[in-house]
Amino acid sequence: MSSTAAALPVARGQSPARRALRRFLRHRLAVFGLAVVVLFVLVAALAPFVAPADPVQTSWTAIRRAPSAAHWFGTDENGRDVLSRVIWGARASLLAGVISVLVALLIGVPVGLLAGLTGGWTDTVISRIADAMLSVPFLILAIALAAFLGPALENAMLAIAITASPIFVRLSRGMALDARATDWVEAARALGNPPWRLGLLHVLPNIVPPLLVQATLAIAEAIIAEASLSFLGLGQQPPAPSWGSMLNSAQRFLTQAPWLAVFPGLAIFLVVLAFNLVGDGLRDALDPRSERR
Amino acid sequence: MAIWLLRRLGQILPTLLILSVLIFGLQQLMPGDPALILAGEERGDPEVLAQIRAELFLDRPLWQQYLRWISHVVQGDFGFSWRIRMPVSELILQKLPVTFQLASMSFVIAVLIGVPAGVISAMRRDRPVDWAANAVALFGISMPNFWLGIMMILLFSVQLGWLPPSGYVPLTEDPVQSLATTIMPAFVLGSGIAGVLMRHTRAAMLTALSQDYVRTARAKGLPERVVVTKHALRNALIPVVTLGTIGFGRLLAGAVLTEQIFTIPGFGKLIVDAVFNRDYPVVQGVVLATALIFVSLSLVADMLYMAINPRLRQA
Repeated sequence: MSSTAAALPVARGQSPARRALRRFLRHRLAVFGLAVVVLFVLVAALAPFVAPADPVQTSWTAIRRAPSAAHWFGTDENGRDVLSRVIWGARASLLAGVISVLVALLIGVPVGLLAGLTGGWTDTVISRIADAMLSVPFLILAIALAAFLGPALENAMLAIAITASPIFVRLSRGMALDARATDWVEAARALGNPPWRLGLLHVLPNIVPPLLVQATLAIAEAIIAEASLSFLGLGQQPPAPSWGSMLNSAQRFLTQAPWLAVFPGLAIFLVVLAFNLVGDGLRDALDPRSERR
Repeated sequence: MAIWLLRRLGQILPTLLILSVLIFGLQQLMPGDPALILAGEERGDPEVLAQIRAELFLDRPLWQQYLRWISHVVQGDFGFSWRIRMPVSELILQKLPVTFQLASMSFVIAVLIGVPAGVISAMRRDRPVDWAANAVALFGISMPNFWLGIMMILLFSVQLGWLPPSGYVPLTEDPVQSLATTIMPAFVLGSGIAGVLMRHTRAAMLTALSQDYVRTARAKGLPERVVVTKHALRNALIPVVTLGTIGFGRLLAGAVLTEQIFTIPGFGKLIVDAVFNRDYPVVQGVVLATALIFVSLSLVADMLYMAINPRLRQA
């Protein structure tokens, strides 16, 4: 799918979305990342059919067995099949990553647009709150929120969503300010459109590309955050499988059963890498400035 | 400069004020009555509960509770730990040097890897070296800190037996042992920041190398080494300095998990232990302290920015 000669002449006259898609597909690493993401999504969605065993079924006759033909990734301290737990863990991780970013978008974008389009006091207050939240490092704020909300996967997701939202507030506010200065928004305003209509119909469609890039990269960060919270015991609660909590219990058996620590971590690494590759590819594809390359 | 500093402080103060309200508000998310937790064994005794509520102003309206809390905070009194009978501020000051040592070491590692890698990769753009450096940076960014830590313990402590897997020795007690216990966590923490620094250095160098003054310098016949270090790098480092300072703040957050894995008794371990013990004043104190450090760091970054970029000084 790399730069074939046929790709160039048809580029003219296409919609920007098609052009972006073409540029994205030419980006081999990004396509690879997308393939990995799709693979993980499929595995997570089809977990009951793909997993060779029940992820919470303990077996006292197969405790801490090294990887073998029967258990590809070995078994854990309760005799549970690690491969099945990694597969089911993909559900928790991907759901947490995607849902928390969606919620962050739902909070951040409307608030940011409101700030950028109305200006004045509303803008000052919103911007200061976003600044205040951004002045606490991501993970520390997420831990504090999750701690006060109580340990559960849903609370971890909410904590991550709240923590990630100021990034989207800032991004959409900036884009709204830019858009407000353009002629088409000026014209729409002159026709008497209220701010919410301006935001929804005239500004939002124009800021979708940067939001998409930021959201993809945020999913990568949210997946790491969920794994971190679960590692600390603030996310998915046992015995339900999650990559973070698997790593936590693996730490106690590093000398006897190192495979317990290898596979869940590898899964986190791969899926985060994949989302980062897709995010980078999207940025290159959607940012018109990269056309010069 | 003085006017600029005042204006900047004028922006920071409202931010901190709002932050304090948010951190105070965290308490309200908490399920259950704090007085019940504090009373412990004596939770059945209504008199004890009433006394605790009166002591902590829990029986007053929220705004009074906040005013009481904030008036203490501005005097450096972050409250009392519910578990360890110690002022939160003292606990924080006690743990801070440990994390500071760890963060400084990681920062040095990050700069030593990130900046040269970024420069070389910009100079050899689209060559194998550039590709390799970019791949390593992406790996560093995508690698979950705590997993890298576990894998390093597995390799260097369990398999090879070169380094202790956990624990911490203060620098003043035994410098060699201190370095041995902190080098792995420092590398783990530094590697992620190194990736970010490398990407930004590369981008800044690419911009700088395409500027007219670089072309002029080359046209004058200056050796490439001089052009790169004296002309391009100096300008490219301006945004990198800002990012580096903010990266230092990110190290504090990263330290949470790293300290947990290597059982280092620092700032990060403090907040995690506090979370498990439901020691909420400590959690609030740590969040507030991190924010203070972070805000001061970004102020320092801005000042550095002004110092190395004369163009901004008039503003």
